[in-house]
Amino acid sequence: MINKSSISKFRKLKQFLITRFVFLNGILSIIVLGLIMAFLVYNSFKFFSSYPVFDFLGGKEWYPTSEPEKFGILPLMAGSILVSFGAIIIAIPLGIGTALYIGELAPRAFREIVKPIIEILASIPSVVIGFIGMTLLAGFIKDTFQLNTGLTAFTGSIMLAFMSLPTIVSISEDAINAVPASYRFASAALGATKWQTAYRTVLPAASSGIVAATMLGLGRVIGETMTVLMVTGNSPRLVLSLLQPVRTITGTIAAEMGETVQGGVHYSALFAIGLILFLITFFINYMADRFVNRTR
Amino acid sequence: MNIAENINKKKLTQKVFSLLLLLITLIVIVFIFGIIIYLIIKGGSALTWEFLTQKPSGGMKEGGISTVIIGTLYLVLGTLIFSLPIGILAAIYLNEYARKNRLTRIIRLSIVNMAGVPSVVFGLFGLGFFVIFLNFGRSIIAGSLTLALLILPTIITSTEEALKSVPDTYRHASLALGATKWQTIIKIILPRAMPGIITGAVLGIGRAAGETAPILFTAAAFFQPNLPKSVFSQVMALPYHLYVMVTQVADAPDDKKWGTALVLLLIVLFFASIATAIRTRARLRKKE
Repeated sequence: MINKSSISKFRKLKQFLITRFVFLNGILSIIVLGLIMAFLVYNSFKFFSSYPVFDFLGGKEWYPTSEPEKFGILPLMAGSILVSFGAIIIAIPLGIGTALYIGELAPRAFREIVKPIIEILASIPSVVIGFIGMTLLAGFIKDTFQLNTGLTAFTGSIMLAFMSLPTIVSISEDAINAVPASYRFASAALGATKWQTAYRTVLPAASSGIVAATMLGLGRVIGETMTVLMVTGNSPRLVLSLLQPVRTITGTIAAEMGETVQGGVHYSALFAIGLILFLITFFINYMADRFVNRTR
Repeated sequence: MNIAENINKKKLTQKVFSLLLLLITLIVIVFIFGIIIYLIIKGGSALTWEFLTQKPSGGMKEGGISTVIIGTLYLVLGTLIFSLPIGILAAIYLNEYARKNRLTRIIRLSIVNMAGVPSVVFGLFGLGFFVIFLNFGRSIIAGSLTLALLILPTIITSTEEALKSVPDTYRHASLALGATKWQTIIKIILPRAMPGIITGAVLGIGRAAGETAPILFTAAAFFQPNLPKSVFSQVMALPYHLYVMVTQVADAPDDKKWGTALVLLLIVLFFASIATAIRTRARLRKKE
C-alpha cells in the first residue's frame, strides 16, 4: 500500500519535472530572440555613447579607419535598399508568375515536378551563388552596360532576386491554393477562361498572402550576406545608381569584423548596424506575419 | 458573329498568357539547372581522389580539401547535437502541452521572427555571446551553437507538422491504457512522427553545411590544414574556404575553386534531395 502511493508520488514528481523541462524548451525561442536583441544593444553601447547618434543616422560617409573615423550609415543603407528593391522588382513578376502558373494553369504532373526543383534553389549555398555571380554575371553586366566593373548593385539584385524566389513562390502558391474552389467554379460558370479566372478572381482573392510572400522575400534579401559581399563591389560610397558598386549593411559587417579590435569603437559600430538590420528585418517579418494571418 | 469574335479573342489571350507564364517558370528552372550543370562542368575535372583525400597545402594553391570537408562535418554534427533535442522538445511543447493563450501566440511569433533573423546577425550574436561572453573562443562549439540557433525554427516547424499529423485516437488509446502523457509522447507519438522529424533534421543539415556568415566570426579558420584537436579549436569549413579562395587569395587555382564549390553543392543537394523525396512522397500520399 505504502509502496504503491510512493510510486504514484514519484510518477507525479517525474511528470511535473518533465512538464517544466518541456516548457523551458518551448519558450526558448522567446529567450533566444531576447538574448540576440540584448547582446546587440549591449555590444553597440560603446559606439552609441562615444559617437553622436545624429552623425551615425545622418552621416553620408563610412570611413571606419580614417582620422577621425566616420560612421555614417547612409551609404550602407542606400546600398542595402538599392540592391533589395532591385531584387524584389525582378522577383515579383518571376515569383508570382511562377506561382500562378503552377498553382492555376499548369497540369498537375508539371506542378509536382516544378515544386521540388524550386525547393532545391533554396538549398544552394549563398557563397556558391555569389561565386557564379562573380564569374558569369559580372562579366556580362560589364560588357552590356560598358562599365569599368561588373560588380554592381544591379548584379547583386539579379542574383538575390533568384534567391528570394523559393520563399515568394511557395508562400504565394499556398495562398493561391487556399482560395476556395467555389470561386473558380463561379468564374468558369460565367464563361471566364482559365486565365481570366486566375487573373481576375484567384489573384485578388489571394492578394494578402502574395503581399506577405513578397515581404518575406524582401526580408530574406535584405539579410543576405555572402552573395552581396561577393558581387556588389564593396564600395562604401553613397551612390544612388544601380549600375555602380555599393556596399550593404550585411556586407559591411561580414567584411570588416575580422579587422576590428575586440571591444573597440569600430567593433561596437558593427554591432550597431547589426542592431539596425535586426530591427528592419524584425519589422518586415512582423508585417508579413500579419498579412499571412489575414488570409486565414 | 460578334460573340464568336469575342470568344476567339478570349481564347487567344488565354493562350498568350499561359505561354507567358510558362516562359517565366522556365526561366526560373533554367537558372537552377544552369547553376548546377555549370558547376558540374567546371568543377567535375577537379574532383580527383587526391583532391578529396589530401589536406590543403601551399597556401591553398596545392593539395585538396579533405580536412575542410571533415571540418564542415564536425560543425554540422555539433549543430544537430544542440538543435535536434531542443527543437523536438519545443515542438512537443507547442503541439502536446501548450494551451491556446497569449504566451503560445508569442512563442509562435518568436519562431517566425527567429526564422527571419539574417544569418550575419546570428554571427554577431554568436561572437558576442558564445565566443566572448561564454569564453568559448572561435571554436567548433561556438560555431555549432550559432548554427544550431539558426536552424532551430526549421526543426521546430517540421517536427510540429509531423506531430500534428498523428491522429488523436493514438493519444486517447495510449492514455486509456494507463500510460502517462510523457510515455505516450515517447513511445507512441514520436515514432509515428519520425519521417517528418527526419525531414526537418535533414533540411537543417543542408542549411548548416552551406552557411558562411554565422561561422565567419565564430568558428571558421582561414588556413589550418590539420584536423582540429578539440571542440575548442577553430576549423576550416567548405563555404568559408570557397569564399576565401575566391576573394582573398590572389592566385588560387581555378580548378580548386570550382572543385570546392561543386563538393559543397553536392553535399547540400544530397541532403536537400532526401528531404524533398520524403516530403513529396508524403504530399502525394496525402492526396490519394
